[in-house]
Order: sequence, then structure tokens, then C-alpha cells
Amino acid sequence: MNPVREPGGESKQTPAHRKSFQMAYSKQLIEHYENPRNVGTFGTTKELKERKDVGVGIVGAPECGDVMQLQLQIGADGKVADAKFKTFGCGSAIACSSLATEWLKGRTMEDAMKIKNTDMVEELALPPVKIHCSVLAEDAIRAAIKDYNEKNGKAEEAHAH
Amino acid sequence: MKFPIYFDNAATTACDKRALDAMLPYFTETFGNPGSRNHAYGWESEAAVDQARQSIAKLIGAQPKEIIFTSGSTEGNNLAIKGAATMYAKKGAGEKGRGHIIAAMHEHKATLDPCKRLAKDGFDVTFLEPRADGLITKDMVEGAMRDDTILVSIMWANNELGTINEVPEIGKLCHDRGVVLHTDATQWVGKMPTDVERDNIDLMTFSGHKMYGPKGVGAIYVRRRRPRIRLTAQIEGGGQERGIRSGTLNVTGIVGLGKAAELAYEEMEKDQQHTLKLRKKLEDTLQEKLEHTQVNGHADRRLPHITNISFGFVEGEGLMMAIKDIACSSGSACTSASLEPSYVLKALGIGDDLAHSSLRLSLSKWTTEEEVDFAIEKITWAVNHLRNLSPLYDMFKEGIDISKIEWQSH
Repeated sequence: MNPVREPGGESKQTPAHRKSFQMAYSKQLIEHYENPRNVGTFGTTKELKERKDVGVGIVGAPECGDVMQLQLQIGADGKVADAKFKTFGCGSAIACSSLATEWLKGRTMEDAMKIKNTDMVEELALPPVKIHCSVLAEDAIRAAIKDYNEKNGKAEEAHAH
Repeated sequence: MKFPIYFDNAATTACDKRALDAMLPYFTETFGNPGSRNHAYGWESEAAVDQARQSIAKLIGAQPKEIIFTSGSTEGNNLAIKGAATMYAKKGAGEKGRGHIIAAMHEHKATLDPCKRLAKDGFDVTFLEPRADGLITKDMVEGAMRDDTILVSIMWANNELGTINEVPEIGKLCHDRGVVLHTDATQWVGKMPTDVERDNIDLMTFSGHKMYGPKGVGAIYVRRRRPRIRLTAQIEGGGQERGIRSGTLNVTGIVGLGKAAELAYEEMEKDQQHTLKLRKKLEDTLQEKLEHTQVNGHADRRLPHITNISFGFVEGEGLMMAIKDIACSSGSACTSASLEPSYVLKALGIGDDLAHSSLRLSLSKWTTEEEVDFAIEKITWAVNHLRNLSPLYDMFKEGIDISKIEWQSH
């Protein structure tokens, strides 16, 4: 596996002393980190409990240095109409959640469940020590869908996946 | 300003140009081996080493003969701790109950790992838990002492927090009990006034590259009188440094360390005032501008040039990425597979969430007010930006107690 894609493909020219730690990350990852898509929430914790059209997934733990909150708003057609995230974590965790929201919009539940952490690893060229961030993002997707299904009495169906 | 701004002087400092200039002739002109006793090349190098030994001894109130050159503090700590433990062991190798050693939980790994090695080799080791303010006190050491205690190793100032332990008091206690005291003074020497007689030190480790000298050179102070401390050599060979540390002397490095010591002796007070003023500005302004920001460790008993600050609801590594114009360290070690936050902050009982949210900023004599102002502005922006992204901050604002949530940790 090629763990690191250097920005601008200048890895060979960059002298060792000029390699800052950002350079361990890909251009795509830094782009998502610096301009995160779909940051926000569809309401307070209390309001979200009432909203049947929104599934909320919160995964991770503060003591592990990563907490991801993913919210999916499901339209009448059963597709993800909108997605929002908030993440406490490192740059990779933020980039994975931002990417996930982009990929989720417009997908059916079934298609949303098909997003794999390995797809994010590839897209963001995550270094091996950061693969857990993509696992967490995949967990967040599953948790948000599970929450939506439970709110709408589809627990059985969610289990079937 | 040169970017990224360097705020990681506790990791290493730049070498002072005056130290470098002093070193240069010893690479190409006066390059002799000080061990060569039969010609001028050797004598000249030996004279340079002697001069450096004197400057270093003067800086710490020691005799020149009490200075043993090493490659740096990792070697120094290994030599002092393993060398003293095996010299003063109550029983021989391969036996148990060889003697009791006291160290602190938040020592540098270069102290912890030799202690752990000794624990495997038949010694008993007590690792003291620091107080919530980061300090190890004389009373804590006294409480841990046993009849068979042979060695106490407590760092003078902590490298992540800058907190200052009660080392002179602990030294007095050790002298009263006939126990050897070693202190890892890597962050201390050259920054703070030191007198090994007044401060009751038996063994003291320090390093060139933390005090504006070169990397790859350091020294240990080894007391020769009242009491005379002996060490078992860890590196054996040509018998240099009175047999305590064999190996051809690193003359250029030693000359650089000597010059750095000379400069520290002359300029310490000025440098202290400079870094303290800037550190206080950094700490006070950040705490004023950002709620839920705490400076870790004792409020006053701290080195002038190191600060460790936790920004609630923000993760340290993500924060570092947002302040890429500032070169500093994070208490979070998310890059390692373990996902363990700083063991130093954990030893203080700081919650895992805040331990993951910390930055260590360490200044130098060359840090400018302009750089500090830039750092304040950048960090304030980054923390606010990341809090806007943080679900924990939302929960906090909604009045949810984060510590009461049952998190599904990996």
C-alpha cells in the first residue's frame, strides 16, 4: 500500500528538512480539513429527538481523542436529502466526516450502507496510523441510519443489513 | 517573521552562533584527539576540553573534575541511574531485592525506561504520582523511602509542563539518609541558577541542545566529595573521563557546550526575564480570549520558557494542523497507534478529554513579542474555528455533562 500521497507530487524534490508535518497528508485530505463541507446540526439534542426525519449517529469517545456526530435528513423519497457533521478530533477525522457527508447526499439508505471505510482511505490517502478515523466515519454512518430506522419503527429492517 | 514560528524550544533550541563559531576550528584545524598525549594536536584539543569543563563547572557551582561528558541526556540518565544502582546494589546480578529506587511517573522516558530495566533486573522501583499541580515534593519522597532505598531520581523541571520539583529539599533529605540523588536537569541547566553544593545534588544530567548549544553532547555532574559518588561505567573501552565514560571525546561538541555554558552564565538573568514576560503574555491573553482554557501545572513553580495549555472541546492534533504556521508540540499522541494522550498530563489526573486538548509552547531567548502576538491571534482563531466544528462544545453549551455520557470507545 502506498500510505502517503504528497501534495503536488513533489516528494522527491522536497529536502527532508523542509517536510512539515502537513506534508504527510494528501492534498485532498488537507482540502477537506481546511474547507470542511456540511458542518452543522439540524437542531439541539432535544429537538433532534423529536425529529423523525433526522437520524443521528454519535461515535467515538473524548478520551480516545475522536468524537464524530453525523446527522442525516431523509426525504420523502427515502433518500438522504441533507447531511451535517460535527467532529472533535484530528485533521483526518474531520476530513473523513466531511467526505462522508458529501458522499451521503442523494443516496438511498441501502446505498449509504455501502460506503466503506476503505473507500475513504483511498480517496483521502490516509496514512496507516489514521485508518481508525475512516472506521469511525463508517460507524457514524451506520449509527445515523440505525437511529433513523429506530425512530421510524424499522428496527427489524436495519438489523437485516 | 520566519514561518513556521518556532515555539518548540523544549524539544531543542537553535545553536547560538557564538557557540558554533567557537566549535568550528576544532573540526579542521585543532582536530587532535585529546587522548593523544604525545603531540601538540592532542594537547591543544585537551586544553579546549579543559576550558569547556571549567565553564560548565562554573555554571553549576561544581569542580571541573566532577563533569563527565556524554552524548546527551538520554545517555546521561542511563549512566547515572543504571551506573549508580548497580554500584550501590545490595545484592549481585541475578538476585532479587537488590535495592529500592524512587522516581516519578512523569519523568522523561529516558529515566522511566532505565528504571523499568532495573526493575526487571532485581531492583524495586517506586514511581511517585505527582500532585495535581505537577509537583514532586520532599514529603512525597520521604513517604516513599524505605530502609533499602539506594537511589532517588527526580527531574528538576518537567519537560512537558515546565513545573519545578522540590529538588534541593529532596537532595537534603537524601544526604541525611545516605541515599544517592540523581536529577535530570535537561530543561533546567542554562535556564535557571544552579549550585550543586547549595542544592544538595549528587548526580545531575544535562544536554547541550536544550541550552543553545549543539546536539549530540551533554554532561553529568558526579559529586566527588561529601559524599563521593561512584558509578559503574555503561560504555567501556579506552578509559576516557576517568573510566566512567569511554570513547573519544566529542571535542567540537564539548567546546560548543562549554561556550553555551559560558553564555548562559552571563546572560541567564536577562533571558529569563525575557521569556517569562512573553510566556505570561501568551498565557494571560489566551485565557482571556478563550473560555475553558487552562494552563496545566503549578501557577508559579514553573520554568520561564515552557507553557502547557489545554483548550477544552478541541483536539490537540487537529489544533496543530490548524496552526501550521506555529511549530509546537501537542499533548495528544494520536499519531501513535495507541491513541494514548500524554502520560504526563494523565499522571496529573487531568481528564482524558483535556489531556487530548493540550499544546506545549516553549520559548527561547530569541522569541519576539511580534511572534507571541501572532501565535495568540492564530491560536484564538483556530480554537474558535474547531469549537465550531466540535460536537462536544455544542453539548457543553446545551448543559450536557460530557463526563456522564456513556461513550462507545473503540
